[in-house]
Amino acid sequence: MSAVIATRALVKRFGRLRAVDGIDLDVRAGDVYGFLGANGSGKTTTVRMLLGLVLPTSGEVELLGERMPRAGRRVLPRVGALIESPAHYGHLSGAENLKLLDAAGPGGSWRTRGRRVAEVLEQVGLGGVGRRPVTAYSLGMRQRLGLAGALLRRPDLLVLDEPTNGLDPQGIAEIRELLLELHRGGTTVFLSSHLLAEVEQLCSRVGVLDRGRLVLQDDLATLTAPTGATVVRTPEPDRVRALLDARVIAVDGDRLVVRGPDPAAVNALLVGAGIPVTALALDRPSLEEVVLAAAATSADRVEAVR
Amino acid sequence: MILVELRKLFRRPRTWATVAVLNALPVLVAVLLVLTDLAPRPGEGPPFLSAVLSNGALYPLAALAIVLPLFLPIAVAVVAGDAVAGEAQAGTLRYLLARPAGRTRLLVAKLVAVLAFVLLAVVVVAAVGYVVGISLFDAQPVAGTTSVSGTSLSSGEIAGRTAMAIGYVGVSMLGVAAFALFFSTLTDSPLGATMGALAVLVASSLLFTLDAASPIAPYLPTRYWLAFVDLFRDPILWRDLTRGLALQGVYVGVLLAAAWANFTTKDITS
Ligand SMILES: Nc1ncnc2c1ncn2[C@@H]1O[C@H](COP(=O)(O)OP(=O)(O)OP(=O)(O)O)[C@@H](O)[C@H]1O
Ligand SMILES: [Mg+2]
Repeated sequence: MSAVIATRALVKRFGRLRAVDGIDLDVRAGDVYGFLGANGSGKTTTVRMLLGLVLPTSGEVELLGERMPRAGRRVLPRVGALIESPAHYGHLSGAENLKLLDAAGPGGSWRTRGRRVAEVLEQVGLGGVGRRPVTAYSLGMRQRLGLAGALLRRPDLLVLDEPTNGLDPQGIAEIRELLLELHRGGTTVFLSSHLLAEVEQLCSRVGVLDRGRLVLQDDLATLTAPTGATVVRTPEPDRVRALLDARVIAVDGDRLVVRGPDPAAVNALLVGAGIPVTALALDRPSLEEVVLAAAATSADRVEAVR
Repeated sequence: MILVELRKLFRRPRTWATVAVLNALPVLVAVLLVLTDLAPRPGEGPPFLSAVLSNGALYPLAALAIVLPLFLPIAVAVVAGDAVAGEAQAGTLRYLLARPAGRTRLLVAKLVAVLAFVLLAVVVVAAVGYVVGISLFDAQPVAGTTSVSGTSLSSGEIAGRTAMAIGYVGVSMLGVAAFALFFSTLTDSPLGATMGALAVLVASSLLFTLDAASPIAPYLPTRYWLAFVDLFRDPILWRDLTRGLALQGVYVGVLLAAAWANFTTKDITS
């Protein structure tokens, strides 16, 4: 599989602060990549380096197989970006903003411009917004317009820094649907966020940034793979304890975690002993647990180094 | 890209408001002159103003002389200071560069747009001055006009020399624009960039009046601004004019190179 985003030992220092500290991103074609990290962990700085806005202190960035920022003129027209927050010329309408942006760089023919602008506005749900100036837009409308700008040239790669900022739950769900649809159409999506739920619902791969270091990078399915235990709910936890004894890993009220990768086998055992079972499930860590575990250990390590 | 920048600049209400304000003062002065008939005596007040009561065709020059010390530089510094820093403050700079507009291209396009504004401002001030001049004052279409040196100039000569004066003032303003554009690449605050450029001009004007600063006086950016008056001597006194052009050329060249060097290597964190 070809790498769409690859960085090698990427470092950015702001004075004494290492905002990004030697990260090796690996985003492949067809991924929906969730780039997670707490506030100030360096997500935006990384995104800006990917796009050639911030120049790395050291290390390399490769975007769509070419070195950035050198190949920016060839590569960036194929990349759609939303960086931190949308920004527009307030006295102009949304459509005019998009037309100006399209005309400002290579790879957008003026003949198709009007049609493409109308299409993306429709796509992000701003089709009927008319000639109102952007000053009169709500926060959510501006966010949608920003996304429309990113989609304007049908990019192969979308780099989105917190794209659902300021959107209401319906808006978030709508954007999620839109991103999944684009992904089905072959677009690779790189999504930075600190909303774990958003990433869990959307992403196939996850990278976790903690104080500038990439502490985790893996498929979501691998990270949240079954732990080899089964979760059992029963009104009679004591009898389960008595029956299975050492196989019980944890008890929390009527919820027990029992060693054994096959819920059916665990169930047969319990039912055979006449213990009622109200719920049964494979034990999987949530993304939150995975992220907190990874970020916590690395936080200690950074502290120790200082 | 250049067309995009021109469209942005001239679709902006503020650009036209600036031009309108720029013309308000010369028009007001003209009206006051007509109503009171009290022209400053020759050698006092802004150049050419004493002559306009007898010849309205000179009013474009008087208008330029009126706005030159303060209004015109402020207008140019506002527009040029806004060029890059304004985009940075609005956040649109990062989207332009990620589009990618190209840093050098963007800077060149901004420069051309600022240039267009300088030309527009100077030409509009002269044109409005002309209209105001010939409608409010006596025009002398045929008879010779007296040059600053006392000889007479034909109206053809006046027209040609006025055009040269407009060009010269334009070049002087280009120096202001270069300062403001350079500061505009340094900061994310358009106000800061504009103020920086104006501070340079105020400092330069102040030093010019100071005897102790006479060793550096020939290198002050505002030193030769008023040399366009020399175009109306007979014969034209070229010495200060050419020095003025050369000085502005050096300032513009150095500052634009510095702006380019800074802008193409800078982190865009706005
Ligand atoms: N221009 C700058 N100068 C100095 N330090 C900076 C600059 N930009 C960012 N930083 C620092 O770099 C670190 C990473 O910032 P960054 O904006 O990349 O974080 P983030 O992960 O995007 O956070 P958030 O979730 O709040 O958006 C922060 O500690 C920040 O203070
Ligand atoms: Mg951020």
